[in-house]
Amino acid sequence: MIGLSHYLVVAAILFTIGVFGIFVNRKNIIVILMSIELILLAVNINLVAFSVYLHDVVGQIFAMFVLTVAAAEAAVGLAILVTFFRNRGDIAVDDASVMKG
Amino acid sequence: MALQAIAFYLLAVATVVAGLLVVSARNPVHSVLFLITAFFSAAGLFVLLGAEFLAMLLIVVYVGAVAVLFLFVVMMLDVDFAELRQGFAQYLPIGGLVAGFLTLEMIFVAATVATNGAAGKNAVPMASAPGVPNTEMIGRVLYTDYIFFFQLAGLVLLVAMIGAIVLTLRHKPGVKRQDIGKQIARTPKTGMELVQIKPGEGISE
Repeated sequence: MIGLSHYLVVAAILFTIGVFGIFVNRKNIIVILMSIELILLAVNINLVAFSVYLHDVVGQIFAMFVLTVAAAEAAVGLAILVTFFRNRGDIAVDDASVMKG
Repeated sequence: MALQAIAFYLLAVATVVAGLLVVSARNPVHSVLFLITAFFSAAGLFVLLGAEFLAMLLIVVYVGAVAVLFLFVVMMLDVDFAELRQGFAQYLPIGGLVAGFLTLEMIFVAATVATNGAAGKNAVPMASAPGVPNTEMIGRVLYTDYIFFFQLAGLVLLVAMIGAIVLTLRHKPGVKRQDIGKQIARTPKTGMELVQIKPGEGISE
């Protein structure tokens, strides 16, 4: 019998994979952005699972808002990345300390 | 019930494996494709839970828009990705350690919440009220109680769209563009010039 805990465990593993991806790909900002998407997906799985098992549809509404913010974040993040690439010809983020005083 | 369990385990394993491959693939294009796989499997999990509308939204928004955006950017930027993978092996042990502890902690919390929390009392999943389709249920709540937040979400998307356009818009020098204000402001006086030419001399620039 598949219960709430099964979905929570899948979301927990997916969340940590996202955190792990940010840890190990510290130079590659594209993979960092994809890891953030994975983290938000894990959050969404948690929200929907709780919504369904609490018999309360509000969790699904909130998951929709998370989806909206994730899409906006990806668009702006990739736009910043494209501008950064145009200015420097490279996307290595550990060189991105030009604003340091 | 057994069929549901098989479907759950298949989709869960597919989601987790695709997620792992997203962060460990050598080629970012492969990462994006595995991201799409992860989103599809997660949408399958949503369908299993009964949240069909969010499952379709996940496919339309993430696979149709966000993942394609990632694919465009990855293929547009001409970057040496092998160089960007330096430090992968260096951060692997500490990252793995942190991730392992985090997973264990979160699984313990999840088990406790699932057995002792308020949601644990309801063993039967229910995505909407009985007799009401999931999409209709979401619409009823979203357009009444949460209408302000719905509008706010639209505003967030508008601001993000304007921000992305402003960030990436670039005027190339030397490209002629139509400037309507300039065209309308033009009068016969500014548009032409009367030159007196003496016979037999011509015009010099």
